[in-house]
Amino acid sequence: MKRILLFSAVFFFQTAIAKGVYQTPEAFLETTFGGNIPTMSTIWLNKEKKKVISEFLQHSPTFIRVKYWQQGSKTAWILNEIGKSKPITVGIVIESSNVQQLKVLTFRESRGWEVKHDFFTRQFDNITLDENQQLSSPIDGISGATLSVRALKKMARIALYLEQQL
Amino acid sequence: MKINIKKPVGIVTLLCAFTAPQVSALSLEDLAKRLDALEKQNKLLMSENNQLREAVALTNDKVEAAVSATETIAESTSGIQKLANFADKTSIGGYGELHYNNLSGKGGASDKDEIDFHRFVLFFGHEFTDNIRFFSEIELEHSLVKDTDDGSNGGEVELEQAYIDFDLNEQHTARAGLFLLPVGIINETHEPPTFYGTERNPIEKNIIPATWWAAGAGAHGELGAGFSYDAYVHSGLSVSDSFSVRSGRQKVSKAKANDPAATVRLKYTGVPGLELAVSAQHQQNMGQGLVAGLDSGNLIETHAIWSTGPFTLKALYAAWDIDGSAVKAAGADQQKGFYVEPSYKLSEQLGIFARFNQWDNKAGSNSGSAENSEKEQWDFGVNYWPHEDVVIKADYQYQNNDDGKDQNGLNIGLGYQF
Repeated sequence: MKRILLFSAVFFFQTAIAKGVYQTPEAFLETTFGGNIPTMSTIWLNKEKKKVISEFLQHSPTFIRVKYWQQGSKTAWILNEIGKSKPITVGIVIESSNVQQLKVLTFRESRGWEVKHDFFTRQFDNITLDENQQLSSPIDGISGATLSVRALKKMARIALYLEQQL
Repeated sequence: MKINIKKPVGIVTLLCAFTAPQVSALSLEDLAKRLDALEKQNKLLMSENNQLREAVALTNDKVEAAVSATETIAESTSGIQKLANFADKTSIGGYGELHYNNLSGKGGASDKDEIDFHRFVLFFGHEFTDNIRFFSEIELEHSLVKDTDDGSNGGEVELEQAYIDFDLNEQHTARAGLFLLPVGIINETHEPPTFYGTERNPIEKNIIPATWWAAGAGAHGELGAGFSYDAYVHSGLSVSDSFSVRSGRQKVSKAKANDPAATVRLKYTGVPGLELAVSAQHQQNMGQGLVAGLDSGNLIETHAIWSTGPFTLKALYAAWDIDGSAVKAAGADQQKGFYVEPSYKLSEQLGIFARFNQWDNKAGSNSGSAENSEKEQWDFGVNYWPHEDVVIKADYQYQNNDDGKDQNGLNIGLGYQF
């Protein structure tokens, strides 16, 4: 009985970090730019950009500007989009119009947790936008995580599109 | 461009050098007057420029403040909800589906020519803290519930989910309340835009039987390397002497709780596009001890989903093994079925599918009422998504049941989720 209790304690209480936060934006930028984080810049959504992003999202964006960090041809973007009911925060690094990395920074949805893992986000590596402003390669989904997968794809498209506008 | 006019003498010299013929017509006094006027004008412009700079700086501050305020409101689920802290933690969603069936019966099966708002569902969730959440689903089936003299009515109002999740840590969550059982593909995820076919597949309907919920407690979480688990102890079925598993769902409505049940599931989703899962359930007594010759039961369900690019393949197998002399005599001690469903998305908005289903609720015998009890159904159809959360479906079903009673024809559906 003692062994069962000990196993349960180790099993259920092994970690005590902030729920749903996998990397802070600061740590993401630190990693991306090797400790030399460039000054933050802002891109504003004019009428045209808002229209394009609304098409990506299938709803109007809740933001009117997007912050980004640029060093040469490398840019880093931090975006939020709701999956089913909670915002998912991702950090996206783009190098010369190709996604270099997509990292889930915060995930608080009760379903679809698979998208936070590298085995899923690796699919975005080297992806770009095609002439129809779609992702250049298909992203294989996860059953039961449709809305989370969809949110990540939308954010990748937005970052790639805005990077083209710089 | 900034012009340095602090050295009028220099400028005069310069002007003289380039405009000598014209200057000759002007006196030095005239030039000095003009320079005075220019200097005055420049001072005025500089003053105005300073005022403009201050105004622009002030406007920037105002814009920054306005944007911050806008984004703070917009970052909540809805701007209005942000007005109340309570509402900020409460989420609302839902789905619904309208069905039209035009089926022809043969071999004694009835025709079905019907239009039905099959399901209207609302979700309500609330986050008490970061680690304690409530989720619920209330459903109106068949559009209407009415009081009738003979007790019959057109539909049902059902509480399909009402549970609280307690996060134990990053990987594990305890759950208690009324929840959907972790069995099959559509039992937990059944919003119409997420599956093909107007009607849900007959295997998960008649064998599993979806939509299937119970009251109880347990835990779910991640095991690492793409594996996850669910494990619950919950209220059991109360199957009658017809031995229909589907009719044995008590729906947690003053449910008989003499004999509980337990369900576990192990799922692997460690490769994008792939899901492998196996669920097992043990019912201590399928009839809650109220049906002679009906004892314990075990359900095994396993499925695979493979998606690559536009192609998806789903396959599911489910089987009951039930103890008891009476259920065995009726051939209902074995109830099983499977389906295979390939589908292909022609575009983001259009997908086609085919599905073969085979099931038998009396597979334990081939005599008496269990003779010719095996059923087969083919489905072919199309889903069209005008919006990612709205779907229009059309499919043709063709049955080939051993008893010769088939319903064949067209199904059309309209579904949504939000």
